[in-house]
Amino acid sequence: MNLFKRLLCTARRKSPWIFHLNSGSCNGCDIEFLTCLSPRYDVEQLGIHLEGSPKHADILCVTGPVTKNAAEALRTVYGQVSHPKAVVAIGSCPATCNVFADSPSIDGPLNKHIPVDVFVPGCPPRPDAIIEGIARAAQILAEGKATVGTEEDSSL
Amino acid sequence: MNLNHLLRELFLPGLLVALPVAWFILWIERKVTAMVQQRIGPPFMQPFWDFVKLLGKDVPSRPGLDGALTRLWPILSVGSMLGAISLLPVAPRTSGFAGDLILLIALLEMPSICLVLAGFTSRSLFGQIGSAREAVSSVCYSLVFMAALVTIAASQHTFCLPDLASGAITPMRCLGIIAIVICIPAKLHMNPFSMPNAEQEIYAGPLTEYAGAELALWELAHGLEWVAMTGLVASLVIPQTGSLGLDLLLFSGVALGLVVLLAGTAAATARITMDISVRFYARFGLLMAILALASGLLTRLKH
Repeated sequence: MNLFKRLLCTARRKSPWIFHLNSGSCNGCDIEFLTCLSPRYDVEQLGIHLEGSPKHADILCVTGPVTKNAAEALRTVYGQVSHPKAVVAIGSCPATCNVFADSPSIDGPLNKHIPVDVFVPGCPPRPDAIIEGIARAAQILAEGKATVGTEEDSSL
Repeated sequence: MNLNHLLRELFLPGLLVALPVAWFILWIERKVTAMVQQRIGPPFMQPFWDFVKLLGKDVPSRPGLDGALTRLWPILSVGSMLGAISLLPVAPRTSGFAGDLILLIALLEMPSICLVLAGFTSRSLFGQIGSAREAVSSVCYSLVFMAALVTIAASQHTFCLPDLASGAITPMRCLGIIAIVICIPAKLHMNPFSMPNAEQEIYAGPLTEYAGAELALWELAHGLEWVAMTGLVASLVIPQTGSLGLDLLLFSGVALGLVVLLAGTAAATARITMDISVRFYARFGLLMAILALASGLLTRLKH
C-alpha cells in the first residue's frame, strides 16, 4: 500500500462528514441526532462535521421508516453522495419500520431502497450510540468495506 | 531573477509555507469557535485530514463547457491567492515593484468573483441564491476595502507594498487598517456576514454542487484567503525592525491575534440579513471614501 493510500485511509477515518436525511421519522431520532451535534457531545473531536449539501458528505444518516413520498428523494440523495460513501440507519424505524410496519403509506425498511452499512437500534437511540454508529461507518469507509449501491443510484 | 530570489519567492511565504499556515489558521478558527462554545474542538491535523479525504473522493463528471468552467473556478481561486500571498512584504526585502498594491487588490478580489461565477455555473438554485448574495456583499465591502487601501497609499505617497509596509504609522493609516479588519469577515464569509454560504439555510451556497477534489481546492482557497488577508493587515501594522527573526515573530503574533479575534467574533455573533449588512458597509464606506478623498487632496495641497 503506497503512502497516499495509507494517508487516505487515515483521513477517511478521521474526517467523516455527515448528511442528515429524515425519511418520515416521528422526530424522536432527529432530536437525539441533533443532540449529538450540540456542544455537550462535541462530535468535532472525531472530525465529524454536519454538511449542508449531500455532495459534500461521506456518511448519510437516515432516520424514519421510509414513507412512499420520501422513497424517491431518499434514492436521489443517496445518489448525490459521491463515492466512497456509507449509510447509517438511526433508530428502529429504518431497520424494521417499527410500529409503522404494514402501514399503507410506508415503503420500508431502508435497506429495500439503499444499502445500509450500520444500524443503530433504539426508539430513539441514545446520542452516544449514534456517535458510535457514525464512528463505525467511518472505520468501514477507511477499510474500504462500504456496501456499494447499484450503478443507477450512483449515476443520479 | 536569480536562483536565490526564486527560492525565496517559493518558500517565504510561497506555496510550501502558505499551505501549512492556511491549514493551521483553519484549525485555529475551528478551535476558537469550539472554545467559545465550551467544547474541546477538532484535533490539530483536522483541516489536513479533511483536505486529503476530499482529494480521495469521486468528482461527479460534468460534460462540456460547464464541466471545464466548474473545474476552472477553484483552480483560479487558489492560484490568485498564492499570487497574492507571494506579493506580501513579510520580511524586509527589495522585491516588489511600483504599483504591486493594485495587483494585490485585483488578486484578492478573484476568489469572490470565482465564487459568484461558480454558483451560477452550477445551475443549482441554492448556488445561484448564494452567488447573488456574494455579488451584492462583495460590491459593498469592496468599496470600503479599496477606499481604505487608497487612504493608506495616499498617506504614504506610494503604491508599492514594501514601501507601504515600512512607512510610518499615521492616524490615517490606523483608520485604514481598522477599515480593512472590518472588511475581513465579509470577505471570508464569516459570521455575522456569512449570508453567501449560509450553511443549512441555502444548503452550502455557491458550493452546493461541488464535491471531492474541487471542493478540497475551495477549502484550500478559503484557508489561503485567510493567510493573505491577515498577512496584509499584519504587514501594515508591524513596524519593520530590520531583524528578520523579530520581524517574523511580530508578523506571526499579529496575524494569529487577528485570526483569534475574528474567529471569536464569528462564534459570538449570529448571521445578519443582507439589507443590514449592505446598510452597514454603505454608511461605513461613505465615511471611508470621504476620508480617502480628503487625505488625497490634503496631501496634494501640502506638496
